[in-house]
Order: sequence, then structure tokens, then C-alpha cells
Amino acid sequence: MSFIDAQELRKIYQTRSGPVRALDGLSLDIEQGQVVALLGPNGAGKTTTVKILTTLARPDGGSARVAGHDVVRDAAAVRRLIGASGQYAAVDEDLTGRENLELVGRLYQLGRREARRRAAELLEQFQLAESADRPVRGLSGGQRRRIDLAGALVVDPPVLFLDEPTTGLDPSARAALWDVIRERVHAGVTLLLTTQYLEEADRLADRIFVIDRGRVLATGTADDLKARVGGLRVEVTVANDDDLPRLSDAVAALTPNDTVVHDRTITAALPDPAGALLRIIRCAQDAGVELHDAGVRRPTLDDAFLALTRREGVA
Amino acid sequence: MSSNSVSGWLGDVAALTRRNILGLRRSPEVVMFSIMQPVLFVLMFNAVYGGAVAIQGGDYTNFLMAGIFAQTMVFSSLISGITMAEDISKGIVDRFRSLPMHPSAILVARSLADLLVGVCSIVGMLITGLIVGWRWNGGLGALLAGIGMLLLFAWALSWLMIALGTFLSGSQATQGAGMLIVMPLSFLSNAFVPIESFRGWLRVFVEWNPVSALVQCVRGLFGNLGTAPVPQVWPLLHPAPATIGYAVIAAALFGAAAQAAFRHRLSR
Ligand SMILES: Nc1ncnc2c1ncn2[C@@H]1O[C@H](COP(=O)(O)OP(=O)(O)OP(=O)(O)O)[C@@H](O)[C@H]1O
Ligand SMILES: [Mg+2]
Repeated sequence: MSFIDAQELRKIYQTRSGPVRALDGLSLDIEQGQVVALLGPNGAGKTTTVKILTTLARPDGGSARVAGHDVVRDAAAVRRLIGASGQYAAVDEDLTGRENLELVGRLYQLGRREARRRAAELLEQFQLAESADRPVRGLSGGQRRRIDLAGALVVDPPVLFLDEPTTGLDPSARAALWDVIRERVHAGVTLLLTTQYLEEADRLADRIFVIDRGRVLATGTADDLKARVGGLRVEVTVANDDDLPRLSDAVAALTPNDTVVHDRTITAALPDPAGALLRIIRCAQDAGVELHDAGVRRPTLDDAFLALTRREGVA
Repeated sequence: MSSNSVSGWLGDVAALTRRNILGLRRSPEVVMFSIMQPVLFVLMFNAVYGGAVAIQGGDYTNFLMAGIFAQTMVFSSLISGITMAEDISKGIVDRFRSLPMHPSAILVARSLADLLVGVCSIVGMLITGLIVGWRWNGGLGALLAGIGMLLLFAWALSWLMIALGTFLSGSQATQGAGMLIVMPLSFLSNAFVPIESFRGWLRVFVEWNPVSALVQCVRGLFGNLGTAPVPQVWPLLHPAPATIGYAVIAAALFGAAAQAAFRHRLSR
């Protein structure tokens, strides 16, 4: 059995306008020491999954285990092993950042002195030393977020769950967070995170689960997922909007499917991208279409994500 | 619970109570209003009813004070419910729940921290009462016993509000629903007017209202009962055991309800 193991999770929220299927048979298998990213559009079920794995919500069907402990029956054992930070910063506004972290330390059963030492250390690591002694009420969104994240790291738990950890952080805070987290990963921590920044998942995750509508659509390394949407692609950008239809027709003639037009850019996956690029450029020249940019590039995780989660009726 | 987990639980309660008190200190408005409100009531009721309500063998100011004390305890229990609901809606309770702590400590710490608000408002009222001419006719022991009864009652009632706050999980809703409980509880009692002023079924409600027993008990301990005959119903004839009984039953019942609400509502 995997270190984090979820089988056929189902979660249905009862709302005034009827039941909402947040999870619809979602399964995960994560090995110890892996860094795993959950990717998915808004409402895909990422937060719900994290809530179930951190014992905050109960699944309506299926089961999940963290380090062998069932998240419903052995919730207390699971809580001893995990550090968690939710999508929205949950810090006490009346307390200072330092007091918040000391409180978390005390509730992890640390001694008073150890809780204090640990809080000071984390405040330093998260570049919060200056605002540490002001009530959180008066701090910025990113500062609160960092206090919340620091709360997940108070006791070096072997498993970390971070729901959109870098949302709202400035580039330097983001880099600092990743330094802290990389350090933990080196020490063998298992990390499950969600993010909307695919580049981040690309660089940091050993494994990605793409989910939508409460199910796993695809899983693998970032390279696996990119490979699934095909090889190199040709991308040309026209200088004038008016020229777009003429050129896109020409590109579509070369490849009947898999042509994406976005803004003034046409992207197409083609069997012989270099040759195709030449032909498109020649075709543009003949038609007197001015090109802004043209080239061959590898598929990005964004391409894979969009291709996998493209829904009918939604662009 | 092993002895280790008992001390762990106590540690959790202590850490959270400290957190709650710090919170109350940093939002002094809550405490300030809960002190000012009874002061206002003392002055208002004294002025409005002072001349109109005749108290057999006593005067209205002395009669009124036990009533205001009790009413204040009832109202201040609302704070427990509202702060509980706020912690839930802001996700703070979820943060605590993902930690290896004892969830019941969250509830117990809430009920304890708000006792402190009760103590503060009692001090405020004692001073105001003495200024408007209230005197207690008994020893210091009786006065302290009366205060003890008030705090016990406040603590028990705060469990009802904590259960309500947990169940509703929104501070506005909790405040609204709580008002529907504390208004009749405090006004349909012997707190402000003698029990003889109520008739029919209302009279029955007033006689069995736990607040009436509390008021009767505290009024007796303060030596402010006057010479009016005591209504012939058990809780008013034996107000001390009745008050303790009501409080114990309420704490047990609503404590269990709060735990159940906490377990079931929050992990939906
Ligand atoms: N408490 C709730 N009550 C009702 N429906 C809910 C609740 N929480 C989530 N949902 C619904 O469940 C589905 C999954 O929500 P979830 O929060 O897990 O999505 P997400 O993948 O985290 O999205 P986002 O990227 O926007 O954070 C959504 O359709 C959402 O509307
Ligand atoms: Mg989410």
C-alpha cells in the first residue's frame, strides 16, 4: 500500500440548489518522500481532497490512509503525522504572528520554551521578523499567508499538505517558501500540494495528478503529461488581427485537427514541425501577412493541462 | 484517558484559554460593552420602576440588584456562542482540528475564558450598585457565595450558547438565535418585578424558569428578599439546590450537545 493512499473517494455536498458532487471516485497513491501536485480547474475538488486527507472532512464513500492510518477511524494518529495549511489563511487576527505560532506549537504538545524557540526560527525563515509582534489583523494578505504556512511546519511533520501555498505571495516570499520546503523534502518529507501555477508544479513535483469534476484525469511526471499532448508544436503570431483568419485557414489545411487560436497566436501540433513552419512562413509571405513571431516549441504543462481539462461548452 | 493524555488535555485547555483571553483583551469593546450594559440597566430600571414597583418589606434598588446580576450572566453567555461561531467561520477551528490536540479542549477553553468576562461585569455592577444605594445584608461569605452561584450559572448557560454557535457556525445567526433564548429567560422571571405580577401560564413559566431560581437564591444570599411570601413551588422554596441542579443539568446536556455538534457539523 502507498504511503498516502486514497481509494474511490466520494464527497457530496448538500446545497440549497441540490447535491454537488465534489469528489466522484477519486483515487491517489503517493509514495513516501514524493512531492506531488494536484492540478485542476476551479471547483475540481482539490481542496475537498486535502480536507479529507487532513481529517477535516469526512468522505461519503471510499477510504483514505495516511502512513497506514485511516483518516476517519484513526484521525488522531493522522493528525500527529501531518502539517497542513488550507487554501485560506486561518490565523487568529487578535494574536500576533509569534503568538499564533507559539499556540500551534503548544497544541502540538511542545514545551513552552521549545514552542517559543520554534516560532522565532520560523518567523526568521519566512522573513516575518519585523511584523512578528503586531496583531495579525493589521498585516497584509501575503504576511498572513506566510504565518499560516509557517504553522504547518512547526514540528517538522513527516507529511505536509499545502493547499495553494504560493497564492498571494510575492516572488521573493515564494522563493523563500520553496527554499524552506525543499529543505524538508531533502529530509524525506512527503508533500502534497495544490497550485494554479503550473510552472511551479513542473519544477517541483515528482508526480502530478490532473483532476477535474472530482476524478483523476491523468497522472504522471510533468514530462509524461506533456508527452501525452503530442510532440513539438508550431506557433505563429500575426501582427494584425485582420490577417488571422487567412493564416489560420492555411495552417488548418496542413493539419486538420489540433489547431488552437488564441489572441493573435496560432498553435498547432504537426508531424514535421520544422518543415511545417517553413511552409507557413512562405504562405504568409505570399499572402502578404506580416508575422510578429514564429517558431517551434515544446509543449508546456499548460498545453497538457488545457488539453486534458478542456470541457465541452467551455473554451 | 491515560494520565499523559489528561495532562495533554489540560495543556491544550490552558493554551487555548490563554489565547481566548488575549483575544478578549485585544478586542476590549466586547468586554467593555458587556460591563456597560448592566450598568445602564441598573440605572435605567432603578429610575423607571424604582417608584412604581412596591417591594414588601424592602426597597426596589435592593430588590433589583440580584435580578440585574442574573440577567447580565445570561446575556454574557451569548459572547461564548458568538466567538465560537466566529472561530468556526474564520477557519480557525479547522486549523486547530488538524493538530494533534483534544477537540473538546476548544470548547472547554471557550467556556472558561468567558467566565472572565462574567467576573469583570460583576465587579462593574458591584460598584454601580453601591453608588446607587444598594446594600447587601449579610456577611462577605454570603456575598461571595452569591457571586459563585452567578458564575456557575453563567458557565452552564455558556454551554448552551457554545452548542448553538457550533451548530449554526455563523456569528450573526448565533446572535439572533441566542437573543431569542436570553430575552424570555431573563425578562420572564422574577429579576425585575416580583413574581406576583405574572398570571396564568406565564406565572408557571416564571416559577420554573431557572433564572428565577438563580435570582431567588442570590437575592436570599444578598439579604435582599424583603418579607414577601415565597411562591409555593419547589425551585423557589429551595433555590440553592435548584440553581445548582439546573446548572449541572444544563452543563451536562448542552456540553454533550456542543460536542456532538462539533463532531458532526464540522466534518461534513
Ligand atoms: N462547503 C461546501 N458546500 C457546498 N459545496 C461545496 C463546498 N465546498 C466545496 N463545494 C463544491 O465542491 C466542488 C469542489 O470544490 P473544491 O473547493 O474542492 O474545489 P478546488 O479544486 O479546491 O477549487 P479552487 O481551485 O477554486 O480552490 C465545487 O463544485 C464546490 O462548489
Ligand atoms: Mg481549492
